[in-house]
Amino acid sequence: MHVPDGFLDAPTSAATGAVAIACVGTALVRARRELDDRTAPMAGLVAAFVFAVQMLNFPVASGTSGHLLGGALAAVLVGPWTGVLCTSVVFIVQCLLFADGGITALGTNILLMGVTTVAVGWLVFRLLQVLLPKRLGVVPVAAGIGAFLSVPVAAALFVLLYAVGGTADIPLDNLTTAMVGVHTLIGIGEGVITFLAVGAIIAVRPDLVYGARRVLARRELEIKPAVVG
Amino acid sequence: MRTRWVVLIGVGAALVLAGVLSVFASSSPDGLTKVSQDHGFAHTERPHDGLLGGYGRATGAVGVVVVLALAGGVTYAVRRRR
Repeated sequence: MHVPDGFLDAPTSAATGAVAIACVGTALVRARRELDDRTAPMAGLVAAFVFAVQMLNFPVASGTSGHLLGGALAAVLVGPWTGVLCTSVVFIVQCLLFADGGITALGTNILLMGVTTVAVGWLVFRLLQVLLPKRLGVVPVAAGIGAFLSVPVAAALFVLLYAVGGTADIPLDNLTTAMVGVHTLIGIGEGVITFLAVGAIIAVRPDLVYGARRVLARRELEIKPAVVG
Repeated sequence: MRTRWVVLIGVGAALVLAGVLSVFASSSPDGLTKVSQDHGFAHTERPHDGLLGGYGRATGAVGVVVVLALAGGVTYAVRRRR
């Protein structure tokens, strides 16, 4: 969903740039609470992994592909604010080194594919964590569902930005149907990849998964029956 | 498993995905690109040059290392110190 230069007009791009700078600035301050000596190494890994998996476009419909966006994955693994930092680094490197996503559209891309997927992914994940049983096995499932929903929401937000500052006169109802439709399919891939990646870390080191902290803390507080004998 | 091993295996997986398995990636246009073609606004794109050109096996692996260094550096700098 990398937006190139030219799709959105200059005022809209300037506005998304300003909002993106505010989000990344806030994330730089708030990520501190999520990161300590033990979890900080995971953040670099998560960013590198999201970058690598974004190269792996999978086919979704006739002549169309999609790839991971990664905000929900990053949020559950290292925390939402750190997730904003990780995904932002990915989009900056893709823009400058690979010309993937426009330079004036960098703020738009950070906002759509980073901040939005982190926010939607994390909020849905937390909501499901509250509603579902407090078990480790639920963590990858909740992460996958959050990831799935984050993609069509990001697509809908693109349409909203296009309605405000799109450079071509496109019927918005057609654009909405097409964007949300294809990105719902891409969201399925997003959900599966997120489920598998979170599940893999949960299987070996659940304590390294930010979104599993509450489950683990609760587990430690449980009163274990005494072993008699 | 020690944290160090989790991170090393993860970075190794990222390098293999970007540097080897990326040749199997679909070359079809992605969702937004396809929609822009179908709905007649693809021509409004203004392309620019990237420092590494495009994605390839070698440049992909370089990208992984650059992202790892940048994101690792930023998060290491803002972490809480014990």
